[in-house]
Amino acid sequence: MSSENGKRLLETDAGGLNFEATELTLGLPGEPRVTSDGGAKLGSKRGFSETVDLKLGDNNQEVKLGHSLQEAAKSPVSKTQVVGWPPVRGFARRGKKSCKYVKVAVDGAPYLRKVDLEIYNSYQQLLTSLEDMFSCFTIRNYLNEKKIDQVNGIEYMPTYEDKDGDWMLVGDVPWQMFVESCKRLRLMKSSEAVGLGLKTAPKYSSTN
Amino acid sequence: MNYFPDEVLEHVFDFITSHKDRNSVSLVCKSWYKIERCSRQRVFIGNCYSISPERLIARFPGLKSLTLKGKPHFADFNLVPHDWGGFVYPWIKALAKSRIGLEELRLKRMVVSDESLELLSKSFVNFKSLVLVSCEGFTTDGLAAIAANCRFLRELDLQENEVDDHRGHWLSCFPESCTSLISLNFACLRGEVNLGALERLVSRSPNLKSLRLNRAVPLDTLQKLLMRAPQLVDLGIGSYVHDPFSEVYNKLKIAIQRCKSIRSLSGFLEVAPHCMSAIYPIFGNLTFLNLSYAPGLHGNKLMKLIQHCRKLQRLWILDCIGDKGLGVVALTCKELQELRVFPSDPFGAGNAAVTEEGLVLVSAGCPKLNSLLYFCQQMTNAALITVAKNCPNFIRFRLCILDPIKPDPVTNQPLDEGFGAIVQSCKGLKRLSLSGLLTDQVFLYIGMYAEQLEMLSIAFAADSDKGMLYVLNGCKKLRKLEIRDCPFGDAALLEDVGKYETMRSLWMSSCEVTLGGCKSVAEKMPSLNVEIIDECEQMEFNLDDKQKVDKMYLYRTLVGHRKDAPEYVLIL
Repeated sequence: MSSENGKRLLETDAGGLNFEATELTLGLPGEPRVTSDGGAKLGSKRGFSETVDLKLGDNNQEVKLGHSLQEAAKSPVSKTQVVGWPPVRGFARRGKKSCKYVKVAVDGAPYLRKVDLEIYNSYQQLLTSLEDMFSCFTIRNYLNEKKIDQVNGIEYMPTYEDKDGDWMLVGDVPWQMFVESCKRLRLMKSSEAVGLGLKTAPKYSSTN
Repeated sequence: MNYFPDEVLEHVFDFITSHKDRNSVSLVCKSWYKIERCSRQRVFIGNCYSISPERLIARFPGLKSLTLKGKPHFADFNLVPHDWGGFVYPWIKALAKSRIGLEELRLKRMVVSDESLELLSKSFVNFKSLVLVSCEGFTTDGLAAIAANCRFLRELDLQENEVDDHRGHWLSCFPESCTSLISLNFACLRGEVNLGALERLVSRSPNLKSLRLNRAVPLDTLQKLLMRAPQLVDLGIGSYVHDPFSEVYNKLKIAIQRCKSIRSLSGFLEVAPHCMSAIYPIFGNLTFLNLSYAPGLHGNKLMKLIQHCRKLQRLWILDCIGDKGLGVVALTCKELQELRVFPSDPFGAGNAAVTEEGLVLVSAGCPKLNSLLYFCQQMTNAALITVAKNCPNFIRFRLCILDPIKPDPVTNQPLDEGFGAIVQSCKGLKRLSLSGLLTDQVFLYIGMYAEQLEMLSIAFAADSDKGMLYVLNGCKKLRKLEIRDCPFGDAALLEDVGKYETMRSLWMSSCEVTLGGCKSVAEKMPSLNVEIIDECEQMEFNLDDKQKVDKMYLYRTLVGHRKDAPEYVLIL
């Protein structure tokens, strides 16, 4: 599926789900905790689909997340975007262990990376960070070029191997549970994932 | 009164220890002022920018113990930039130059450099006690200086500081001649420590009563330390991970049996829950238990543990205890005065495990409850009204609903009535933090009933300026007011600027106050410093009075504008 179609699919769904109804206006914020585009949108929280826009693989193609990830992560994302809330001391890393490094493999990349899952608070932060990591890699392929052309998109599905050795779609379970059970990450080319029926039907998780 | 010689008055004043009372005594007449100031040994300065070190030294030549606080409270939640201020160095430098025989320094939310610590360690022969809470800016090298140079050190207490850990050698800097330690707390350090040096230090400290270890201290070292210090009263366990069938486990059991004085237990920075039974013997005597760093302890294991704690007065726990676990607390801990329930997953998908039910259970079972910090998923008016009835003795009531504008989920109403019941019932309430959906009405109640209120924290609440006005007009004893993301503007800010001189400070961020409004306050009240914190440098090119101010912090002061503010802080 080309990125054009993919993008349109998401926009329609976004409209259908009426993200506006769930947006909360908080008055003048400081900088939001997490931004993928570096800018603060004053006066309102952003929907997940606007914030996360992974650019992985060659030529800065856009990667669309599986739809169920958007659904599941919608409410936790809005919490993480408010600086200083909940009022828990940053120092008090309660609920955290020392660090949790996992390997990240991207189909088509000649080497793996490692990330410490403990430094993130949400799926959004993790995926944004992966975007930075791997876009650097693709940029270096085109030595002197700073600008990357948008060509056909190659879509990637974020998956992970859990404690039981099963490959799971990222985003179904609460963040902390994911951190504890994730052993390694793999950004799988969607062409491989098609057969698994993951991309087509949007999953609506029962606990929103 | 004139017939009493000064020595008699001084002797009488020795019995007056509270800061408030001594301050009052000094206001009676000139001779009392003079006697009081010469005999005062302990001084508390709630805002380090309200006075200068020189004036402190001039007034209190007999100063032995100084407490200083720096950054405003919201700095704990990343709302204040790191280099905003609160530097301790000028204080230590001034004290070092003077003849003050400083023995104790207690700092909170201040920036402490290694240079400060070194100067401190070399300047005061009788220095005995250093307590650093939520401070930053130093490394273990600074600690090494303290250890090496303070020959009579009794207390080194580091609570939740950001320390750059250069790993381990600082403990070895305590000389062999140092045998005076009473309290050692390094739980917040993240690096390795020299375990041998630690063991030797504990062995030669017969007066050691309080020991809080960091994560790097393993169980077999703990066991050895306990064998050498069975007189401990307060213990912070670093790592508690081991095999229940090992030699170490058995040795630990024996060591614990000998520790009959432990009343306070914390730490468990790493924990294997199936091994807790070795330390069950101490739970029955505990008055303070802090398990808020131990997410691995939950469910039945945790409940079993709690059931031993019949004498508990203060409990700090994670929300994975659940409502059910709080029910066990309610049944067991009849002496409970203070409860803090922290979120184990603050940014998570709403899986917080406590609701209004747990709080109601505790309020019903623990009639002595007077201090609460409660992070929960939801709260109802009915529950708050019940809690208010059950526990009229609250002094501190801090409720944090993780979704900051969530209404009562049963009635869909704001939580005005619930909090109203709390302030009406708890006549001694001094500190209150609100959350959930709240209108101006709750502030009407607060202004009407919260006569003893000294500190109020408000976030994402109210409909209009009226809310803030109710509070400013009603709460006569208000000292600290901190507000974020509320629709309070210049009308509320400017209604009674004289009020701010009766308070320590006011914080307003993401509200509706404008630059013009803040300037007006500064103009009318020269005794206040009005600071605009402008990290995004919105104000740099556009000093339009109508522009809304992102962060404003104002505080009373006797010494005018501070000189150490960074570029992005505009002092009006």
